[in-house]
Amino acid sequence: MTQKVKIEIDGRTCEATPGEMIIAVADRAGIPIPRFCYHKKLSIAANCRMCLVEAEQGGRPFPKLVPACATPVMEGMRVQTRSALAREAQQSTLEFLLINHPLDCPICDQGGECELQDLTLRYGKDKSRYAEAKRVVKDENLGPLIATEMTRCIHCTRCVRFGAEIAGLRELGATGRGDHMRIGTYVEQTLGHELSGNIIDLCPVGALTAKPSRFRARPWELIQVDGIAPHDGLGSHLHLHVRGRQLVRVHPRAQEAINETWISDRDRFSYTGLSAPDRLGEPMIKREGGCWQALEWQGALQIAAERIREAGSELGALIAPNATLEEMYLLQRLVRGLGAQAIDSRLRQQDFRGDAADASLPWLGVSIAKVEEQEGILLIGSDIRQEQPLLAHRVRKAALAGGLVATVNPYRLDLTFPAIQFTASPSGMLRELAALAKALRKRGSGTLRTLISEVKPTAQQVEVAEQLKQAGKRYRGLILLGALATAHPDYSLLRALAHLIADATRAKVGFLPAAANSFGAYLAGALPHRLPGARPAETPGLSAEAMLNKPRKVYLLWGLEPGFDLADPAKAVQGLDRADFVIACTGYRSPALERVADLLLPIALFAETSGTLVNAQLDWQSFRGAIPPPVEARPGWKVLRVLGNLLELEGFDYRSSEEVLEELRKQCAHAKPNNDPRGDLKKLPPRLSNGDRLYRIGNVPIYALDALVRRAEPLQANAEFLQVSLNPDQAAEMGLGAGDQVEIDQGEGKLAKAPVRLDPRIPRGCARIPAGLSGSEQLGPQIGPVSLEKR
Amino acid sequence: MSLKSTPQTLPTDPAVRENLFNPEIRAAIDRHIAKYPPEWKQSAVMPALTLVQEWNGGWLTIELMNEVAAYLEMPPIAVYEVASFYGMYDLKPTGRHKVCVCNSISCLLNGSEALIEHVKKRYQVAPGETTADGKFTFKEVECLGACRHAPVVLIDKTYGENLTPEALDRWIEELD
Repeated sequence: MTQKVKIEIDGRTCEATPGEMIIAVADRAGIPIPRFCYHKKLSIAANCRMCLVEAEQGGRPFPKLVPACATPVMEGMRVQTRSALAREAQQSTLEFLLINHPLDCPICDQGGECELQDLTLRYGKDKSRYAEAKRVVKDENLGPLIATEMTRCIHCTRCVRFGAEIAGLRELGATGRGDHMRIGTYVEQTLGHELSGNIIDLCPVGALTAKPSRFRARPWELIQVDGIAPHDGLGSHLHLHVRGRQLVRVHPRAQEAINETWISDRDRFSYTGLSAPDRLGEPMIKREGGCWQALEWQGALQIAAERIREAGSELGALIAPNATLEEMYLLQRLVRGLGAQAIDSRLRQQDFRGDAADASLPWLGVSIAKVEEQEGILLIGSDIRQEQPLLAHRVRKAALAGGLVATVNPYRLDLTFPAIQFTASPSGMLRELAALAKALRKRGSGTLRTLISEVKPTAQQVEVAEQLKQAGKRYRGLILLGALATAHPDYSLLRALAHLIADATRAKVGFLPAAANSFGAYLAGALPHRLPGARPAETPGLSAEAMLNKPRKVYLLWGLEPGFDLADPAKAVQGLDRADFVIACTGYRSPALERVADLLLPIALFAETSGTLVNAQLDWQSFRGAIPPPVEARPGWKVLRVLGNLLELEGFDYRSSEEVLEELRKQCAHAKPNNDPRGDLKKLPPRLSNGDRLYRIGNVPIYALDALVRRAEPLQANAEFLQVSLNPDQAAEMGLGAGDQVEIDQGEGKLAKAPVRLDPRIPRGCARIPAGLSGSEQLGPQIGPVSLEKR
Repeated sequence: MSLKSTPQTLPTDPAVRENLFNPEIRAAIDRHIAKYPPEWKQSAVMPALTLVQEWNGGWLTIELMNEVAAYLEMPPIAVYEVASFYGMYDLKPTGRHKVCVCNSISCLLNGSEALIEHVKKRYQVAPGETTADGKFTFKEVECLGACRHAPVVLIDKTYGENLTPEALDRWIEELD
């Protein structure tokens, strides 16, 4: 603990750490000091001059007023924030800031929640003494997310510092000088960073506001409801701003341990997908000839119950990993209550051979906040900025603090921090890891032994292994497996290698959840091999892959789109086609779903239902519904309650989602996070050989993760479209050039036409063809052999 | 970690970097880079811009600024910031010469205002613009640091001190 000093602010004695700024101490003590440019998460700029205060040290006053944001405290300092002199300076500063600020508050989105407006009320004069011309600044188009009105800008540079310090990508800057200074990109461009929406909150005036909610509501008409983000593994805390029956916008809710004060653009703007035109409003049934007919809930549920009863143990249930804990728990109760064992939420996994040895309750391995304290991080199969945008920020902090970040991926990532990237084809990834293990003098057993014996570590691999070991010695080593690892045909071997390296370095192994409630599925029992409370099932049921290979009589699909959310869409659709009846509980009607389903039941989505999501560090985060679901849609837990009752299952008489949660919580009393394999992961031979087949790398782009995001128009405006990315050398060998149209052939999955893009970040032997994008629903496994034919 | 204390490096593919500008300019920029710690290559942005501007005949294009950014492995916006801040960088095509009249306090008191008015009238050119014949670009600039011989005019790389409108005319006359 460093020594504390005592200072006095406005007559109050405050304790402070030496070197802390006056404003930070005052904020902690609840003493208000006006400010515009200061932000606790950004570096000090001291350019707005609004926080000028009077200070004295050892009885001697400072010769002039000092900025509270840039003046470090010392023992015995006395500060006056509201003396006549300080107030006069603050008033004058404000008068200067208002010189060029337009008085367009009545048409400004920020009006009513504007820092400048608030401080003007307190420090401003009734009349302006400035009668000269005001500056007018041309707006820039920053893309579909952020609206600009740069004449309102007061040059605090918070947005510029955010880009450099938090996002790690400088897109905005201050160009020009003096009166001609402007904040902008200089050359018109869309802000592309996945956290860029945060500058909307940072802007103390109305210069940067949210485009999708522009002119939609005044701040005082909005009701603020707490929410939890439904996409990545963080479960960022949100403020949902509701007007009437509509969710108008989403803001971050500060939670230092999870999202600090930020949220990703995905969490901020995905709500726009709630009102997509293909939103399902009432139950629908497929009649003869494939035409859809709406029907009453009662009739629909009776049909569903009948079909489910008929199927009995021949029922298969697939539930999206972003469903709430309550939905997962009730669905598995229903499935298991009927004697069926086929339920899974690991929709993007191919390799289920490791199920018997699966970790009993996987988690991140360390708390989210501790990620930034790691000195050595090995990322295996994770495009982390796309998968977990804010966790990438924590990893960035670790890297900037001097920690080692190494990655093993099937393509080179665009990172905003220094990292050592080992890039290799899917089978090459195994060899890269084997080489690291060998550098650590591990020989391994089973399959690993052969793998390790065949490789020779490079100098860089030896270096990385050594640094991981050093980090591990101080308990600051972490090995994370991400979504590309989960989708890997040899996921069990990747895990075995991760554990082997962890063993040798004393690093911890952690898992990055594929979606908002992937780990909740372990607790709720929405997996074939786990019962509620993460208890291992004695006789494991059918995994997602198995139940599509061995078609069930009846399928129940929950919150997923078969073309986009499954590891092998082509095969999945075939499996579903062969079923007698497919019931889809969904928020949307999509062509692929309408093709396979026979009954569509509309369920409530994010912000419309109460529920709980379990994040990467296994926090149970409950939320209430903020808005009603559209038309006849119902919260999922209520649909399952009625279905349970219609099927005459015991104990489906819940009165609230809290009751469901309570029942589950009792069963989870003994569930402890544990990433250790429960058995041997390395018995099986690798599925991938070193052959020279071309492999598809089907990553899931950031805005293709789930049905909601895929319909969020502002996010889709600049999102990726389906392309075949190839290494330029590889393309040259195959006689392909940029822009060529090719046919993608994955056996059962085929797509007639897709353009080729050359990208040196892709290793040879690989073609990056993303999943979750329009067109990819006709393809095969996310990671698997592919051939390309020029059209 | 702050904007000022941590360099933000955007690595450039060596194959691209080795082919920017020409070997002489690369060598000249490298001599400036060598003056700073290796991670602070971007500290050489001002001399690099000066060299590239001269090479390009007196002004900078966005493409050239992007190339400077790529060569110094820094964000392009940071180069735009520098280039748009300082008066000695021109972002529009210029004349064959640059006539820069000081408009700071000492020169102003000693008659630079009259010089500025004279140039405007005689050559029909506003500050920041180029004469119709493309002979020179007229610029008002901040203090040139030669106050004791005010008023001062800088033409290209030569200082002219204690200038009268007539003396300035003769000097401009001599330019090619």
